[in-house]
Amino acid sequence: MSTPKIELRGVHKAFGSNRVLRGVDLSVAPSESMVIIGGSGTGKSITIKSVLGLVKPDTGTVMVDGKDVRKHNREALLDKFGMLFQGGALFDSLRVWENVAFRVLRSKSTDECRELAVEKLRRVGLGPDTADRFPAELSGGMQKRVGLARAIATSPEIIFFDEPTTGLDPIMSDVINDLIRELVVELKCTAMTITHDMTSVRKIADKVAMLHEGVIQWTGPVSELDTCGNPYVEQFIHGRAEGPIEALR
Amino acid sequence: MTALSAIHGFVAGIGAAVLGLCQSVGAVTLFALKGVLAILVPPWYFRELFRQIMKIGYYSLPVVGLTAVATGGVLALQIYIGGSRFNAESVVASIVAIGMVRELGPVLGGLVVAGRVSAAIAAEIGTMRVTEQIDALTTLSTNPFRYLVAPRLLAGVLTMPVLVAVADTIGIMGGYLVGVNRLGFNGATYIRNTVDFLTFGDIASGLVKAAVFGFIITLMGCFHGYNSGRGAQGVGRATTNAVVSAMVLILAFDYLLTELFFST
Repeated sequence: MSTPKIELRGVHKAFGSNRVLRGVDLSVAPSESMVIIGGSGTGKSITIKSVLGLVKPDTGTVMVDGKDVRKHNREALLDKFGMLFQGGALFDSLRVWENVAFRVLRSKSTDECRELAVEKLRRVGLGPDTADRFPAELSGGMQKRVGLARAIATSPEIIFFDEPTTGLDPIMSDVINDLIRELVVELKCTAMTITHDMTSVRKIADKVAMLHEGVIQWTGPVSELDTCGNPYVEQFIHGRAEGPIEALR
Repeated sequence: MTALSAIHGFVAGIGAAVLGLCQSVGAVTLFALKGVLAILVPPWYFRELFRQIMKIGYYSLPVVGLTAVATGGVLALQIYIGGSRFNAESVVASIVAIGMVRELGPVLGGLVVAGRVSAAIAAEIGTMRVTEQIDALTTLSTNPFRYLVAPRLLAGVLTMPVLVAVADTIGIMGGYLVGVNRLGFNGATYIRNTVDFLTFGDIASGLVKAAVFGFIITLMGCFHGYNSGRGAQGVGRATTNAVVSAMVLILAFDYLLTELFFST
């Protein structure tokens, strides 16, 4: 069995008295697309941020390529990652092409950066005329695409997608889902996505992990999602108010 | 029992306030040290530095200039009217010059720039925090301190002395205009009195104050923006705190620096 690309072992994280992660164990194989599902506030974003080092776990280990992230050279580790943020997180003061080529702005010439950005924008379905615009001049769907172009700009080994279809209409959501799937296959990268959107789950995932109350309640192939028999998964995928997941009314 | 618990609550309140103050001072000091370290150690973002110099320095010129010309004019008028009580009208030019260069140029310039720049920096960085742009910088292998904080701090320190030098000149000009056109002074005598009474120490102390104020203004903007709470309310609070704390610190450091430079 090959070394997992990403592995979390017994990861705990609390903010004051709020224990968000209570022992997350998760393993993602190389070139696998793992989708984490779960209700709002269950710690999905914190799980991803723990891997990136944006949040430091209280206890537990996060490993990338079999090595504890604390022992990695931080810059070299981050170079392996691309991330699409929920709201795009594009830099308002920079033009679209500067956003896309941000990681290489200081190491390549302006022309090279612009060329790279235009190529990546084309890959996500945006024309070269988008390159010179500012993020505020773009629609939500276009901003997601630009965020996607930035995430893949340096062909990373691992890409994280944080709620990639939130705030988009169903058609644009489908377009983004297709794009994500194509890019993950094309780049042969490992992907970790967090979403509530079951359509996205079925399109993007190889494997699914259900996170609830800070613990992975179930993990398995997407093909077993409907038949797994896990009560948390069943309640979540069918969107039922009754079940082990308590909903506020 | 009730009186005892009231006293206990009062003392506990004072203790909590003191602890909170110590915590804030510690947090700001650590933030400032990290910022200074980011200025000294590469990589440097010269493009960001240039952008900040333009935003903090160049675009503040109109408001600083307007404040300076009005202050210089009013100062000349006040000294003339006040001085006439003991036949001291002749010192208008020299007092305007010394007052502008030592005190009013740096302090009023600093307060005006604090209102404009601290608020803008806190709002910009606070919004970046709320919209995950600062997290995005980290994931793009860019240290937010080097990219966001260092260029702003350095731009503040570099541009404020220039702004204040311009403000001093415009303020003295304001005094000249009122002195010559309204109060009937001889133009050549006014300029000679201005030049004769100004010393290098007056000018240097004002410019050093300006550099310190530039650091304070940008530091407060960056600190409160970087630690902004969530949502529009969080950013709004960060903006207010940045302006208020920058202004209070400018006044406090003005006194300390004046003691340092001029106490005998």
